[in-house]
Amino acid sequence: METKFYEKDKLLLFKITEEIDDHSVQKIRRRADYEMERFMPKRVVFDFDCVTFMDSAGIGFLVGRYKFANLIGAKLEVTNLTQSVRKIFEMSGILKLIPVTTVKEMTA
Amino acid sequence: MKEPFDNEMNLEFLSKSANEAFARITVAAFASQLDPTIEELADMKTAVSEAVTNCIIHGYENKIGIVKIHAKLYENEIVIEIADSGKGIANIEMAKEPLYTTKPNLERSGMGFTIMESFMDYVHVESIVDVGTKITMSKRIKREEMNSSTEISQMTSMP
Ligand SMILES: Nc1ncnc2c1ncn2[C@@H]1O[C@H](COP(=O)(O)OP(=O)(O)OP(=O)(O)O)[C@@H](O)[C@H]1O
Ligand SMILES: [Mg+2]
Repeated sequence: METKFYEKDKLLLFKITEEIDDHSVQKIRRRADYEMERFMPKRVVFDFDCVTFMDSAGIGFLVGRYKFANLIGAKLEVTNLTQSVRKIFEMSGILKLIPVTTVKEMTA
Repeated sequence: MKEPFDNEMNLEFLSKSANEAFARITVAAFASQLDPTIEELADMKTAVSEAVTNCIIHGYENKIGIVKIHAKLYENEIVIEIADSGKGIANIEMAKEPLYTTKPNLERSGMGFTIMESFMDYVHVESIVDVGTKITMSKRIKREEMNSSTEISQMTSMP
């Protein structure tokens, strides 16, 4: 997972580069929460462009980060959902809670 | 499923989360003999990942046990059994409900069975408390060109 913080917009961007399963989320969860606490962003965006595999662990991961972002007063968004990632998120109904942002909106 | 199978494999490994990727990649490599589409292969990988993860985090919890996978290939179908000798499921119907989880504190969403059922053609759960759990699932591989030729051969072999 790559992290980038845009000071001006208080935007914290996470680009997930690993397959998302029960094993990998243990690491990226700790890392994400650590970076959120460190930068105290107003917006947190998870970029799924490089995610080649995700199972239900991704749903639990995103719900958990959503709660953590709320706790620190940040708004959580997701972007670049691949077809298979979207399929799994849609099954859980989680996208009713978390907005899908386009890259254009993000860099604007 | 009456016809004899064409190939078969067994896999056993320790219930460590690092083996989740190993298990789904191995089953996908075996299944690729059926010439599935990328999407069919991805669906299978996800379903295997769900079942194996369940054995590790629910079946064995923090203890180390053995997860067993048995897969069989038929002409256009794969049948996969994934089993643990862990704590078992008391109420299978309830466990299969979407969003039902006994481990919400571990950031589980209760969508594992729902995903298996929507990504595979058939999912069956057998479980005995304190004995273990076995998931049997299957997926038909649809190959357009082959289907028409099978139909013709079936037609000509009819009495
Ligand atoms: N192999 C197993 N051994 C014991 N209990 C199991 C097993 N598999 C599933 N269960 C039980 O069934 C419930 C539902 O499983 P399911 O995979 O649908 O959701 P989950 O694993 O809790 O969450 P998710 O898969 O979304 O991360 C589990 O919470 C657990 O109580
Ligand atoms: Mg599960």
